[in-house]
Amino acid sequence: MKISFSEADEAFRREVANWLADNLRGEFEQLRFRGGPGDEHSFPEERKAWERKLAEGGWTCVGWAPEHGGRGLSINQQVIFHEEYARAGGPGRMGHIGEGLAGPTIAAFGTDDQKRRLLPGIVAGTEFWCQGYSEPAAGSDLANVKTRAVLENGQWRISGQKVWTSLAHESEWCFVIARTEAGSVGHQGLSFLLVPMHQPGITVRPIEQLTGTSEFNEVFFDEALTDADNILGAPGDGWKIAMALLGFERGVSTLGQQMLFQNELEEIIQIARANGAARDPLLRQRIAEAWGGLRILRYNSLRMLSGAQDGGLRREAMIYKLCWANWHVALGKLAMDVLGPDAELLEGGPYELGRLQSMFLFSRSDSIYGGTNEIQRNIIAERALGMPREPRVRT
Amino acid sequence: MEFAFSDEQEMIRESAESFLADVSDSAAVRAAMASDLGHDPALWQRVCSEMVWPAIHIPEAYGGLGLGFVELAILLEQMGRRLFCSPFFASACLATPALLLGGSEAQKAKWLPQLADGSLTGTLAYASNSRNGLDSVQANVREEGKGFVLDGKLRQVVDGHNANLLIVAARGSEGIGLFVIPADTPGISRRLVPTLDQTRKLAEVELNHVYVGADAALGASGQGGELLEKILQLACVALAAEQTGGAQQALDLTLAYTAERQQFGRAIASFQAIKHRAADMMLEVECARSAALYAACVAEEVLAGNGDPDVAAELPLAAALAKSRCSEAFFHCAAESIQLHGGVGFTWEYDPHLYFKRARASEALFGAPSWHRERIAVALLGEYA
Repeated sequence: MKISFSEADEAFRREVANWLADNLRGEFEQLRFRGGPGDEHSFPEERKAWERKLAEGGWTCVGWAPEHGGRGLSINQQVIFHEEYARAGGPGRMGHIGEGLAGPTIAAFGTDDQKRRLLPGIVAGTEFWCQGYSEPAAGSDLANVKTRAVLENGQWRISGQKVWTSLAHESEWCFVIARTEAGSVGHQGLSFLLVPMHQPGITVRPIEQLTGTSEFNEVFFDEALTDADNILGAPGDGWKIAMALLGFERGVSTLGQQMLFQNELEEIIQIARANGAARDPLLRQRIAEAWGGLRILRYNSLRMLSGAQDGGLRREAMIYKLCWANWHVALGKLAMDVLGPDAELLEGGPYELGRLQSMFLFSRSDSIYGGTNEIQRNIIAERALGMPREPRVRT
Repeated sequence: MEFAFSDEQEMIRESAESFLADVSDSAAVRAAMASDLGHDPALWQRVCSEMVWPAIHIPEAYGGLGLGFVELAILLEQMGRRLFCSPFFASACLATPALLLGGSEAQKAKWLPQLADGSLTGTLAYASNSRNGLDSVQANVREEGKGFVLDGKLRQVVDGHNANLLIVAARGSEGIGLFVIPADTPGISRRLVPTLDQTRKLAEVELNHVYVGADAALGASGQGGELLEKILQLACVALAAEQTGGAQQALDLTLAYTAERQQFGRAIASFQAIKHRAADMMLEVECARSAALYAACVAEEVLAGNGDPDVAAELPLAAALAKSRCSEAFFHCAAESIQLHGGVGFTWEYDPHLYFKRARASEALFGAPSWHRERIAVALLGEYA
């Protein structure tokens, strides 16, 4: 057991920090600490340019294998990269769905031809991806997908609706779970399709959130098309691949997320010191609790990553989402309580939120998206603790 | 960075797990808690000679195994799971670290080999009131001749009724001082006090003009307070590991019972009302385990003579975090365990109450969670004013 990094890793840390200091400036200065959850709608074009800048430096897909165009970094160096990126205020990554989800899934399940066609655009920061999972009737019950696809004349013809799709309007590609076997139900008969976004059969409509901003979208497929070879795995493999993809989601990027949380906590601490909230004994307890909770998120991640080599979904990984969602929801409320009466005053009209106000409101989605807290508890109970599955209602 | 057990550490964990499952089942715990001594002396002999546990973190030069605090924490988690009743915590986690940190070469050479082979057990006696940390040190010391005279009443001394060696904290003209004193020194009287948690015995130790030689003084003059702080922080880390094990077992007992108990024609473990609470228990257990393990890694650097100073400097906050989180996790899980056992959870016969009471007692030992959080708050926000 060792909780410190090696000399070589610390040297790598300086290399990352130096590159960011040299490059996250000039035209990119305005992007510092922007984008990411709650601010995903900001500066899309500039952040895409930043992705290309990162690619030039070899800083996209740092954990991918070199054969797929990645940097092949060790887990420890990936951790360091994500930490330094977030510490420097690196903008929310426009490419994170491609790099973190689509790419690893294509690398694991794709044909050589698919890897050749699709991975380089992700590495170069020129092709962006979005995720077509949820539907109006398939939220927590994801297997209840209704979107249909039929193979006709060498093309998949897709009709249906996806929802809660981040960055749909900024993406070249969407991976879509669609029902390709007529009459099938549940996990059966689903396929994992890769669909170009820029086509007449696709309409993207932003969802106005309770924050007043829009970063999630509805995506309508009206006889949208994709080539027959844009299917990952075989028809009917969709559920298996969809679930494997969710496994890629938990990983080193959690460390970067924690650096953003750290920034938020530090802002709250500064405000507390300045406005006298630091003299309230109950707020002191909650601030200390928040600090400790964030340390524990980090320790949980380090355990998860140290054990990642042996594969499989470990207990630490299964609790991670519930753990950070709870923590961040509590931080949002703490921020408001530390701000006191000032929490009510906006930066401007009609509804211009300050950073902590935005965080407070947006945090209410943390315990919903990516699997609600309730679904997370089911997963933990059934898969980690071996408790019986919920009896299914026969329909 | 490698935040996971090595193969060797995994083996230590497994052997402790199976040994304790065998020797510290419910019946054994209940027998020990009903006795005045508080443990089974024959079993303690086996722990010392067969398992060699008290030696685990003592350097080889003093008859120990030369392993570290992480290995110690591994044992403690397993002991916590089984509510293992023994002098181990007081001797290996209070007295031994005190000597390792503050002992002179002569003191270490004299006492550590005996603590390592279990021929001697020790404990720490520091508190005279119900306040926390250094504020609770109220026993009195004054120089007399070439030695010292100590007076005072020390409360809630863990296993103080049977330890052979006392590490005593007292206040004098130089501030707080620590002393290594054999328990049979004239002027010392000890009394077992009945406690809510019967699995860990507490005693009152009275010092009535206890004269000790100059060689009893532990650590440099004037730095006793700092030394005591560090001993208490290490004690918190050790206790946090033990609490993690208790929390885990409270969860495991609950899983076993709810899988068996049938109501409405199905195992109650199949109801979401139960499953979600069990999931939250697991969340608490895993977070506690992370905090305890991290703090153990920090403590390892503190205890090792040549540890990484940057890591060692994290001890005060790592200990405060581990103790507060593990205390609350254990109490939460033990309380949930009673609730999810339903009616039988309220009986003396079933075990949840043993964990519930141990959790309550451990939560208060060495400072309650709110006290530790305030110490973190001081570091983040400055003194409360």
